[in-house]
Amino acid sequence: MNSVFILDPARCIGCQACVHACGECGTHRGVSMIHLECMDRATTVQTTPQVCMHCENPTCAQVCPADAIKQTPDGVVQSSLKPRCIGCQNCVLACPFGVPKYDAGPDQMQKCDMCYDRTSVGKRPMCATVCPSEALYFGSMEEWRDRRQGTPVNTFRFGGQTVKTKVYTVMPARSERIDIRLTDIAGVKR
Amino acid sequence: MLREMDRKGTANGLAASLLLLAAIYFGSGQLRHFDPALIAYTSATVFAVFGIVYRYSVWLQRPPTEMYWRRGWQFFLRPAQLPKNLLMLARLFWNTIFLQTFIKRRSHLRWAAHLLLSWGTIAACMVTFPLVFGWIHFEADPQDPAAYQAFAFGFHAGTFPAESPIGWFTFHILDFCAVAVIVGMALAMRRRVSDPGATSVQQFSMDFVPIILLFSVSVTGLMLTASVTWMEGHNYSFLALLHAFSVIITLLYLPFGKFFHIFQRPANLGVRFYKEEALRTEQAACARCGVAFASRLQIEDLKTVEEQLGMSWQYADGTHYQDICPTCRRKMLGANQLEAIGGPGYL
Repeated sequence: MNSVFILDPARCIGCQACVHACGECGTHRGVSMIHLECMDRATTVQTTPQVCMHCENPTCAQVCPADAIKQTPDGVVQSSLKPRCIGCQNCVLACPFGVPKYDAGPDQMQKCDMCYDRTSVGKRPMCATVCPSEALYFGSMEEWRDRRQGTPVNTFRFGGQTVKTKVYTVMPARSERIDIRLTDIAGVKR
Repeated sequence: MLREMDRKGTANGLAASLLLLAAIYFGSGQLRHFDPALIAYTSATVFAVFGIVYRYSVWLQRPPTEMYWRRGWQFFLRPAQLPKNLLMLARLFWNTIFLQTFIKRRSHLRWAAHLLLSWGTIAACMVTFPLVFGWIHFEADPQDPAAYQAFAFGFHAGTFPAESPIGWFTFHILDFCAVAVIVGMALAMRRRVSDPGATSVQQFSMDFVPIILLFSVSVTGLMLTASVTWMEGHNYSFLALLHAFSVIITLLYLPFGKFFHIFQRPANLGVRFYKEEALRTEQAACARCGVAFASRLQIEDLKTVEEQLGMSWQYADGTHYQDICPTCRRKMLGANQLEAIGGPGYL
């Protein structure tokens, strides 16, 4: 897989096309795995999409007592293995990006798997295919650099913990990593 | 390779294997009822027991697994809750293990496939292992040669006419099991080759090998019956060898592949007791939005596990990222990006 996934929350217009397209994915048919959050309804119309960032050393897999979360050879973190997942929700609570979802019916975790049925054969994930503002981009890094400004970054710092991911996030030029501070969303104004 | 083996796992595996050997020795009347022709089956079973217990012991040493294992027993065995917990365990066993209702909620077809595969296999094991170990054996009744006597651990368990519905059913239980497994396997295989989601993530070693193994065991088993019933025992020796080979390969595969979930998945029962306790106790509120999002018990246990795993999610001001709810975590990435680029708008 030579394409990269680049997330640019600032470009999200909250249209929910990604939410509906996600449910069409063959690996979790009918259930949308992408999250679309309103940042702070009282002060801003800004929304932010959240896909799985596919960490290099996934926290969800490390805290899983059933050893049910595996990575593909190309670094995509898969949904829990159905025969193994024991529905404890450790992954839901430990993921630094708040990605995994717990479904009480089958008593198991499911998450965004970068539409592996599509990306493994060279197609774009459903969400990036339909996103009209390129808040969700999937394609070559060269094409992205030709058309867009900023720097795609895939290193995050949460307190004393560094997390490196397969999915990039757009940051101002020359940024090397994103230090995730517990920002007051209402206070983020131009 | 031996040096790399886990000590605790090796010790537990050896202990379990020795226990099984002792049970075979005493259960078969000091090997009086043990058929030496079945030594290969027995050896493979002893190896499988070692492998399963070894892997289970190593698995239990992972920090999150060890935490749930300890907590699960702690909450289950709490004296004040024990009667209620025993009732809950019976209910959980019925729904989760016997009826496997959690699979029905995924798909009725998958549920049917798994019920047939699992109960076909379990019933076959419950018949085969005691027979192989000499725990159960049959003898012709000396008073009536047309009748069979059944013995369990050397004790007379009953007599039945060989040419009766009970006799016919008893001697064909494994055939019913084989048919159930083949039907379940066909349903599973249909999904494996036609479902785009399944085809993209499945692996030959994890998803097809178990199906192939169960198919070969079931079909060769049925061929033995066919040989005796309709072919006057034609090729019986060769078929018996083929059947033994497929069963032994399956037993040797047991600790390594997908079949290990048979022993691992029941840990879900312990998680249910953990969740019961979590519901009864204090809830943790998010350090950002103040909304309760999980039990304090699980959040504190996660912090412990993360520390054991060498993670450090604590900020300089003492705030722990584990105290932030998943919803706020999802907002943090966008908020920090917006802050970096100077507010709403984009680069």
